[in-house]
Amino acid sequence: MNRAIARLALVGTLLMVVLVVATTYWQAWAAGDLADRQDNQIQRVAQFTIDRGRILAQAPRTVLAQNEERKVGGRTLYFRRYPPNGIAAHVVGYSTQARSRAGLERSRNDYLTASNQQLSTVVERTLDDLKGATIQGNDLLLTLNMRAQETALRALDGRCGSVVALEPASGKVLVMASSPTYDQNVIEEDFGALERIQAPCKPVAPLYNRATYGLYAPGSTFKVVTAAAAIDSGRWNPNSRFDDPGYCEVYGRRVNNYDTDRPFGNVDFRTALRYSINSVFCNIGKELGALALIEAMKRFGFYSTPPLETPDNERAPSGLYADGELFDPEVDSDVDAGRFAFGQERLLVTPLQMAMVAAAVANNGVVMEPHVVDRIIAPNGGVLRRTRPNELDRAMKPETASALAGMMRLAVEGGTGTAARMPGVVVGGKTGTAETGVEGTNNAWFIAFAGRERPQVAIAVVLEQQRGTGGQLAAPVARQVLQAILGETANS
Amino acid sequence: MVARRTVPFADPYLLPMAALLSAIGVTTIYRLNPDDAFRQSLWIVIGVALFALTLVALRHDYRVVENYKYLFGLAAILLLALPALPVLGQTVNGARLWVKIGSFQFQPGELAKIFLIVFLAGYLRDKREVLAQGRIKDFGPLFLIWGAAMLVLVQTNDLGSALLQFGIFLAMLYVATGRAAFVAAGATLFVVGAAAVYQFVDHVQQRVTIWLQPWTSEPVPCAQTGELALRQDCGSFQLVKSLYSIGNGGFGGTGLGKGTFTTTAGDPIIPFLNTDFIYSAIAQELGLIGAAALLLVFMLFVARGMRVALQADDGFSKLLAAGLTFGFALQTFIIVGGVLRVIPLTGITLPFVSYGGSSVVANFVLLAGLLLVSNRANAPR
Repeated sequence: MNRAIARLALVGTLLMVVLVVATTYWQAWAAGDLADRQDNQIQRVAQFTIDRGRILAQAPRTVLAQNEERKVGGRTLYFRRYPPNGIAAHVVGYSTQARSRAGLERSRNDYLTASNQQLSTVVERTLDDLKGATIQGNDLLLTLNMRAQETALRALDGRCGSVVALEPASGKVLVMASSPTYDQNVIEEDFGALERIQAPCKPVAPLYNRATYGLYAPGSTFKVVTAAAAIDSGRWNPNSRFDDPGYCEVYGRRVNNYDTDRPFGNVDFRTALRYSINSVFCNIGKELGALALIEAMKRFGFYSTPPLETPDNERAPSGLYADGELFDPEVDSDVDAGRFAFGQERLLVTPLQMAMVAAAVANNGVVMEPHVVDRIIAPNGGVLRRTRPNELDRAMKPETASALAGMMRLAVEGGTGTAARMPGVVVGGKTGTAETGVEGTNNAWFIAFAGRERPQVAIAVVLEQQRGTGGQLAAPVARQVLQAILGETANS
Repeated sequence: MVARRTVPFADPYLLPMAALLSAIGVTTIYRLNPDDAFRQSLWIVIGVALFALTLVALRHDYRVVENYKYLFGLAAILLLALPALPVLGQTVNGARLWVKIGSFQFQPGELAKIFLIVFLAGYLRDKREVLAQGRIKDFGPLFLIWGAAMLVLVQTNDLGSALLQFGIFLAMLYVATGRAAFVAAGATLFVVGAAAVYQFVDHVQQRVTIWLQPWTSEPVPCAQTGELALRQDCGSFQLVKSLYSIGNGGFGGTGLGKGTFTTTAGDPIIPFLNTDFIYSAIAQELGLIGAAALLLVFMLFVARGMRVALQADDGFSKLLAAGLTFGFALQTFIIVGGVLRVIPLTGITLPFVSYGGSSVVANFVLLAGLLLVSNRANAPR
């Protein structure tokens, strides 16, 4: 009997050992994963006792997220307040108790709550904790130019769409507007208010960041990528001549030029981009082949999620899509290269990606990594981290970039993009008008770069479900935003 | 005092450890809900009184209870069946485990557990030789009483207690007969039975699914609301939130009184925090260090209890002490293991620590039993 009891004692002890091991697993091994889970309400509530860092932007200095102190049951809690106009709602996101987090509030939560692992922060936090003082988070200073950001939202004027402006040489995001926007304060207070937001498009989806997550057919703005691939290949230059019959044969079917079947006749490449002649790009595409085009696209950043500080799941990669998935064909015959080359086929792109295309042209062919957080500032005022410009890839040769920039300038001086002309400023751009599948409505596009001597801004504008062309609708929006940015850099 | 008088030779560690566990319990409950802590202290007083009463009543020779083993078996079943009675029974949190007389509420299952152990100890000592030969006939009364107990438990949806009783039964059978084959057969039966129950009882299926996949990334049908929801927002929200609580404790804990158990509006995040989930509250505030220390106290208690069983010189005492101690260990494992997602979660109390009068009282009686056995074993003669 005693042997059996001894064994039973062993079993009983082992059961307790298992419990100790399991506790260790959850509290040491898996604790980080648990803390990172979006539905971790305890973590969320516990973080309300931290004086979360502010989110700021410049020109003029604006507070995009700050705290409101409230005493609840003897504890001081810090609740988030945002400007009610939702001016940068999609970049900043929200931090709530009820609905987890989004935007930078989510992806930079560690810095904002001083739980990042940098030594100085760890020391500060531990000291505060030992003293029983409130832990103070770090502030984020964004690269956004608030005057231009406001101009962009005003110019979008309630229409659905997005504006993204980048500084080509550094990748700084100067404007990232998504319309319709929303008041982040309602997420906690009155979530139903979001469903009452009205906008002339379906779905209205005010929460999602159209600038980085909205996928649109690029229309003719994609011709800039095709032109870059064409000139880079060395087989064409701006003076190359083409015969335009007014249409292009694709699989035995004719695809007409936009809104006219009048042939342009014998034209050079410059003129083809200036007037956005589909047949020319169609033939280039057929000669280059789809795979070569995709190769060129990837150098611009297509086919991968563009880098940015916002959460990964709020950004989408651009490229060909099939059945809702990114489609990377293996043979040329999988894709209709002719229509692909002038922006049709199953191409879907984000405004951010198209802004990167314009920025590459403006920056001698080099794509910089876009970034929206300029620096992170510790509670004592010291700079904890400063974002340095970083090269993403070389999209084309410098000569190609300067030739292409010249062609894009022509399109604004006297082509499809004349609505973006500005006195004293060099502007190069490309319009796009993509059919949406719904009869009579288009996505109106304009991508451009501009500057007083050399290009200082690259921009992409898209307006959803419009009855008009990119040149008529999107180019004027771009002009207003560019003016807001350039007016300032000229003064400073 | 009473213990000194009545059981002077008993193990000197068991009582202080029980006191320590009760103190940790009351402290934690006070932090969570001061009113409950007051009631808990009252129950501890009653528990200690019953503990003293048991010691005094059985101070000469506790083995008299062996003569009434069938009575204990029957009483256990009666106690278990009480809540199922129409007037007395109370359904709390989906399980019909409570008896209410006036304003007095009691969960008879806790005492029934001890009665069953007494019955098993008496019966097994009597029949251990014949049982070891494996004649089916001799198992008759055993299966009858024990089977009835299991039936009642399954009927009342008290899966945690059913699992506990089953474990105690197998352990005591093993100690009595020394035949591992019985345990293997029992375990097989358990697997078959569990599989059958899993097939036919929704409640059990849910528990197992929650255990295997507490988190889903896609909405799944939610049994409570009938709508689609992520499982962590629906069936498994208790378990998941409790794990978050444990995880938030980390190595050193948040410190007593500084843990997060309520929303910013003051609503509780984890339900049943001071009963089923008291371990996750302790683990958050005291951290891995505190939780491990608590478990070590439990482990020591089990070790001392088993030592008592080893020292006892008659079969009944050995079986009684081993049964009581193993029951204690298994109960701890079932609830803490459930909270830690080692096994599917079934709600029972953490001995001495959880809030709950019946549990506290029953555990003090259990302690009295162990001390009595220990006293007799160590007494000089």
